Amino acid sequence: MKTLVANIEEMARRVGRDLKFMEVCGTHTMAAFRSGLRQLLPDNVRLVSGPGCPVCVTDPGYLDAAIELCRRPGVIVATFGDLVRVPGTESSLERERASGASVRIVYSPSDALVLARECPSRHVVFLGVGFETTAPTVAWAIFRAAQDGLRNFSVLCAHKTMPRAMDALVRDQAVRIDGFICPGHVSVITGAQMYRFICQQYRIPCVVSGFEAWDILKSVGMLLRQIAEGRAEVENEYSRSVSEYGNRAAQQLMHEVFEPRDDVWRGLGTIPGSGLGIREKYARFDAAKVLGVTFHEAHVNPLCRCGSVLRGISTPLDCHLFGRPCSPAHPIGPCMVSSEGVCAAYYKYERMAA
Amino acid sequence: MKRDRVLLAHGGGGSLTRELIETMLLPRLENPLLKPLDDSAVLVMGNSGYAFTSDSYVVTPYLFPGGDIGRLAVCGTVNDLAVMGAQPFWLSLSLILEEGLPLTDLSTIVDSIHAAAAEVGAQVVTGDTKVVERGKCEGLYINTAGLGKISVPYWLGSANVKPGDAVIINGPIGEHGVAVMSRREGVAFQTSVTSDCAPLWPLVKAILDTGARIRAMRDPTRGGVAGAVCDIARASNVGIRLFEDAIPISGEVRGACDLLGLDPLTIANEGKVLVFCGAKDAEPVLAAMKNHPLGRQARVIGEVSTKPEGMALLRTTIGGERIIDMPTGEDLPRIC
Repeated sequence: MKTLVANIEEMARRVGRDLKFMEVCGTHTMAAFRSGLRQLLPDNVRLVSGPGCPVCVTDPGYLDAAIELCRRPGVIVATFGDLVRVPGTESSLERERASGASVRIVYSPSDALVLARECPSRHVVFLGVGFETTAPTVAWAIFRAAQDGLRNFSVLCAHKTMPRAMDALVRDQAVRIDGFICPGHVSVITGAQMYRFICQQYRIPCVVSGFEAWDILKSVGMLLRQIAEGRAEVENEYSRSVSEYGNRAAQQLMHEVFEPRDDVWRGLGTIPGSGLGIREKYARFDAAKVLGVTFHEAHVNPLCRCGSVLRGISTPLDCHLFGRPCSPAHPIGPCMVSSEGVCAAYYKYERMAA
Repeated sequence: MKRDRVLLAHGGGGSLTRELIETMLLPRLENPLLKPLDDSAVLVMGNSGYAFTSDSYVVTPYLFPGGDIGRLAVCGTVNDLAVMGAQPFWLSLSLILEEGLPLTDLSTIVDSIHAAAAEVGAQVVTGDTKVVERGKCEGLYINTAGLGKISVPYWLGSANVKPGDAVIINGPIGEHGVAVMSRREGVAFQTSVTSDCAPLWPLVKAILDTGARIRAMRDPTRGGVAGAVCDIARASNVGIRLFEDAIPISGEVRGACDLLGLDPLTIANEGKVLVFCGAKDAEPVLAAMKNHPLGRQARVIGEVSTKPEGMALLRTTIGGERIIDMPTGEDLPRIC
C-alpha cells in the first residue's frame, strides 16, 4: 500500500498539473470515503464523484409518480430500499407508508414477482431504477411475468445506461475531466470495451476499477501513468470480474425487453438515448401505460445543489443546505439520502472539512 | 414538509430515535433520573445504588441462529444493567402474543428465558400476558424490565470518559445483526454466523473485580459500535478514535456486510461490551477479559483524546481517517 501511494505521488509530480478524476459509480464514492483514501492522494489529484448513484439521478417527477401510485387502492408499490426515503415534491414513499399506503421493500425484482403471485387481487408495481447492473434482473422479471401470463405485475421504468451520460458529461463545457474511474459492477454486464469511444473521441483515459481501497488507488495510478505517457486507453484493473465484452446473456435479456429512449437525469437534464424503455411487445408490463401514469415536473428546493454535485462541478460543501437543514436524518436532495450519494458520503465521513 | 407521523426509521436506534426521544419524550417527562439517558436509571436507596431498566423486543424472526427472542429479552436487559456496574437480580416479563402462535415455540422461548436468567443468577419475579388478534404482531413481542444492585462505589455514566482513556471490546462485532438478517424473509442468505447473544454480567464482574477504575461501559446493540461511540463522544465531549485494523470482525460478517452494503460498525451486537478505562488500567482489564469465555478475543480498539470534541473517528486500514457517524435509522439495502 505504501509503495502504491509513493508511486502515485511520484507520477503526480511528473505530470505536474492539477488533475480531476471522476469516479462514476456511487459505490466507488462510498469506498473512497469509507477507507479514507482521498487523504492519501497528492494535492494535485482530485477525485470527483459522477452521476453513478441511481437514486440520485432519478428525476423527482418519477418519485412523485411513484407516490401517486402507492396511494391508489389496490396497488402495491415494491421497491429497493434506497428509494423510500427520497423526497418528492411534497412527500416520500416512507411517509406514505407511515400513512398507510402499500409500499414494500424488496431485495430483488423476483421478490416483487412472488408478491404479485401471493396477492392476486392487487396490482404490484416494481420501481425499476438503476443502471446496467439492475436492469437485467428487471428484464428477467418482466420476461418471466410474460411467460407465466402474470396480469397483476408491472414496472415503472426509469432504468438508465452509463455511456450516453458519460458522453454528456465530457461534452459539458463546465466539467473538465482528466480521467474516468469506470464503474466495476456496470462493466461486469457491459464489458470494458463500452468506454472505448471516450478514449477515442475525447482522448480521456479510462480505468475499470474494483471496489477495494487498493483497487481504487491502483486505478488512480494507472490513470496517472496513462497521462504521463500520453496515452488514452481503456484499461481494466478489475479483470477478476470484468471481461472485454461482458455478460452476453444479460445483454440479450436487456435487449429483448428494453429499448433505448431519451431520458431525464437529475442534474444533467434530458440525454438522448440514455434511458431504457419497455418494448411494445412487453407493453402490458409497463406501469406507465397500464396504469395511466402521468409524469409532472417536480418542484425541488431551488437551493439544492444535487444537480451540479452530480456533474462534478460543485462539492456538497458548496451547498448552502449541506449539514443544516439537509442531513441524512432530514434529507432535502437525493444525494443526501442514498447510501451511495455524494452528500451522504461527505456528511458521514468528512463533514469536519465544512 | 411536515413530519407528522412515526416512521420506521425512528426505531433504528440512530439519530432519528434520539430526535424522537429529545423532542417528544424528554420535554414531557423530564426529571433528573431520566435525563442522563444512560442504559439504566441509577436509583439511590439507603446506602445502596440500584440500576433500573426496561426494553422491548420485537425481533423477526423470533427464532434465529444462536438464540431466540426469549434469550434476547433477558440478555438485552441484563446487559443494560451490567454496563452500569449492576448485578442483575430481578426481572419482569411481559408477553404480547399473537393469536395462533405455536405453543411449542412459546415453550422453547420461555425455556430460554429461564436458562439465560439462570446464567447470571437473576429471576423473573413478575409479569403480564396479553394476546392480540392474528396479524396484530409477528408471533410475539416481549418487554422485560430489570433491577440490579450496583457493585461499584462510583457512577459509570456515558459522560465520564476522559482524554487518554483506552477503548476495549470483548470480541468480534456484527454477529447478532448479520445472523438475524440472514434469516429475514426476502434477504435470506447462507451463513454460519450465529448471534453473539449472551448475558454479560459475569464478564463485567471480572472486569470490575480487577479494581481498575472503569469510566464507562456500553453494550453496542441497535446502532452498533458506531452508535455507541458517537453517543459517548457526545455525552463526554471528547474525541474517540477507533483503529479499523484492531477491530475484531469475522470474514463472514465482513462479507455479508459488503454484500448488503452495510457498515459493520453500525450492525447490532447482543453480547459485546465496550469498556472505557484509563490507559494504565487497560492492561489488567484486558487480561481479565481474556481470561473469561466471553472475552477471549478482547482487544484495545481505540483511544480517547480531547479533539474533535463530541465526535468519533476511524483510522482506516490504509492509513486514512474518517468520521464515524451516528447511523440515521433503518438500514437500507443498496440497489446496485
